[in-house]
Amino acid sequence: MRDRPISRPTLTRRGALGAGALAASSALAGCSSPLAAGLLGSELSPGTLVYWNLFGGGDGGRMKSMEDVYRQEQGDPSSLQATTFAWGNPYYSKVTLATVGNQPPDVAIAHLTRAKPLWDGGLLEAITEEDLAGVGLSSADFNAKAWQAQVTDGKNVAIPLDTHPFVMFFNRAVLEPAGLLEPDGRITDLSGIDTFEAALAEISAVTGGIALAVANVSENATPWRFFWSLYNQYDGAAPFLADGGTSITVDEEIFSDIMHRVETWVENGWLNRTLDYAGSQTEMFVGNAGLYLQGEWEISTAQSIEGLDFGMAPIPTLFDRPATQGDSHTFILPRKDRSPEDRARAMGFIASLLKQSMTWAEGGHVPTYLPTFESAEYTALLPQADYASAADNTYYDDPAWYGGSGSTFENTVGPQLGLVQQGTQSPEDALAHIRAQLDVYLSTPSPL
Amino acid sequence: MTVAAAPRTAAGTSRRGSGRGPWLFLAPFGLFYLAFLLWPTIWMFIASFFHTSTVRAGLGSFAGLDNYTEMFSRSDFWSSLWHTLQFTLYTVPPLVILAFVLAVLTNRLRSGQWFFRLAFFLPFILPSATISLIWVFIFTPGTGLWASVQDLLGPTPAAGMLTDPRTAMIGIAIATVWWTIGFNFVLYLAGLQDIPRELYEAAAVDGASPGQQILRITLPLLNRTTTLVILLQIIASLKIFDQVFLMTAGGPGISTRVSLQLITDTAFTDNRIGAASAASVLLFFIIVAIAVIRQVAESMASRRAGEV
Repeated sequence: MRDRPISRPTLTRRGALGAGALAASSALAGCSSPLAAGLLGSELSPGTLVYWNLFGGGDGGRMKSMEDVYRQEQGDPSSLQATTFAWGNPYYSKVTLATVGNQPPDVAIAHLTRAKPLWDGGLLEAITEEDLAGVGLSSADFNAKAWQAQVTDGKNVAIPLDTHPFVMFFNRAVLEPAGLLEPDGRITDLSGIDTFEAALAEISAVTGGIALAVANVSENATPWRFFWSLYNQYDGAAPFLADGGTSITVDEEIFSDIMHRVETWVENGWLNRTLDYAGSQTEMFVGNAGLYLQGEWEISTAQSIEGLDFGMAPIPTLFDRPATQGDSHTFILPRKDRSPEDRARAMGFIASLLKQSMTWAEGGHVPTYLPTFESAEYTALLPQADYASAADNTYYDDPAWYGGSGSTFENTVGPQLGLVQQGTQSPEDALAHIRAQLDVYLSTPSPL
Repeated sequence: MTVAAAPRTAAGTSRRGSGRGPWLFLAPFGLFYLAFLLWPTIWMFIASFFHTSTVRAGLGSFAGLDNYTEMFSRSDFWSSLWHTLQFTLYTVPPLVILAFVLAVLTNRLRSGQWFFRLAFFLPFILPSATISLIWVFIFTPGTGLWASVQDLLGPTPAAGMLTDPRTAMIGIAIATVWWTIGFNFVLYLAGLQDIPRELYEAAAVDGASPGQQILRITLPLLNRTTTLVILLQIIASLKIFDQVFLMTAGGPGISTRVSLQLITDTAFTDNRIGAASAASVLLFFIIVAIAVIRQVAESMASRRAGEV
């Protein structure tokens, strides 16, 4: 009974506090500060487009200037909130969790090979021809190979911005004395395995060391890119993974042929035994190697080296057909409640960046947006235009829920291939280890 | 207490009424505890028997013991457990012994004690991200502080500590010891200051050397502190994640990947909450087992001491 008189004032005090909190929160919502938006989960500002990407280095700088152009077009500095995260698995974890938690960005960047598992997980919205038409685009505006690669279950799951193939860099100061340069400074045709091996021998004679630099220490992706490029140059090479990643179907004969060749190249002193990512480019930059294989994005690094005269070309066709490993950066629309205006704004942003593909191409990536790709300006952009054809011969990683760029698959297979190049394990052992380590993923039902 | 409460008990109901009061005060915390600790733990046990996905609602299909058999058969699960144990073995002895030595030395100072208390404790207030940055900087191959010292000592090209699978964990352990020793140090120092001076004076009068004093007086009287420090340290070491993730991200290869990172990767990269839950449950049992074994050993030791 004695509680009563005490509890009543307590309640009113609480009520007053509650009312105060409500008033405060509505006041906060009124001024729509980022703090209030964060506390209340409301939209930052109705007109702001939230965009996530994973671009660092030269790409990051170029993307920022493209974002600024969009802001100018909109005439409002707060029309875009762009956030850059660290590359790789953690980025995709963030996109996944944000979408599951109903707080995804309006538009995000994803690798094409990673967009597919996101789609399988029900985390993406399909893009229709109407969406494209609404901002003056159509599927015919895109590189057919990249466009076809993103189609999943008959739906457009991502809009490719570029293709980024694995390519060959060469140092003219080394290739000149080796007699491997055309008068116009391009590399001579190295097609055919015998021609290529003869060229390696000639370059080695010039450098007095290795001819070809390919990173394989503390590096998972490069050994995989190297292997996957050569593997797909064989006619009818079976996929590495089939049935959405539930079985390994790699052609063992081709695997063994390529990896034995890698061993031989190392034994002959043509290919490095141990080099990390930065080391492999340094060898080519300083002329200790004539050739260097890596994604075209290293063009920015190469251009920043004073006094380096370098060129670029697609990976030579050593076997039956041209092929190179690659992926595409794509725009995705994470699943969220969108009004038609939100959707149109997201598409408008994508279209704005696509139309700035020329800026993007300076960073080495091959634009998929054909009006830029076919423009006179791009055809005249060197050395970019010299390897642009590689985009049409790009082989993407096989679809699997644990696959794609920077994925568990690459992180598992890459090191084993790297160890073969290092001379510490045979190709047969490498394949056995790959099978053993992937076994748990093959037999696990996809969580997506 | 009872005397003070006597006049109030006249109203008998207030006693029963006060039964609700504490619960009301506990409720805000209790709700958080239930929502963010107890329920997730229960959910973890349940999910470990299902193919639960991060991106799908609900538990998914029933898996039976599949997740557990998978973990038992995965070599990277066992290696991550070993790395966790390795870290525990590398950090617990120095963190206990060094902290004790530093506390004894500091306690002997007549003046300027505050400086050493501050100096040893200061790193502990830094967040793990900061100490990781500092030590990655120190361990930079070729040009870092550590590599410069290595250069002076040996002919091999100095690679720091974190690039070699054999030394990476030692590097992380060094950073951790520097970071967390202050906490144990303060516990020991507090324990030391609780020991009455007269004991030492009496021992000195009886002709005990400083070494004997430490061995016969300080150590036995700090027994309870040591027990607490070791227990806290073992549990903290088994929970290791931040420094490893920030300094090496589990590399080179997976040579420093610890259990919690394997669990995080499985849950949020592979999107397999079910399998990650199974791994968590196994780690949970291992930590409980270690705590129980230590407790049993402790009570047996104290019983033996009681008999003597």
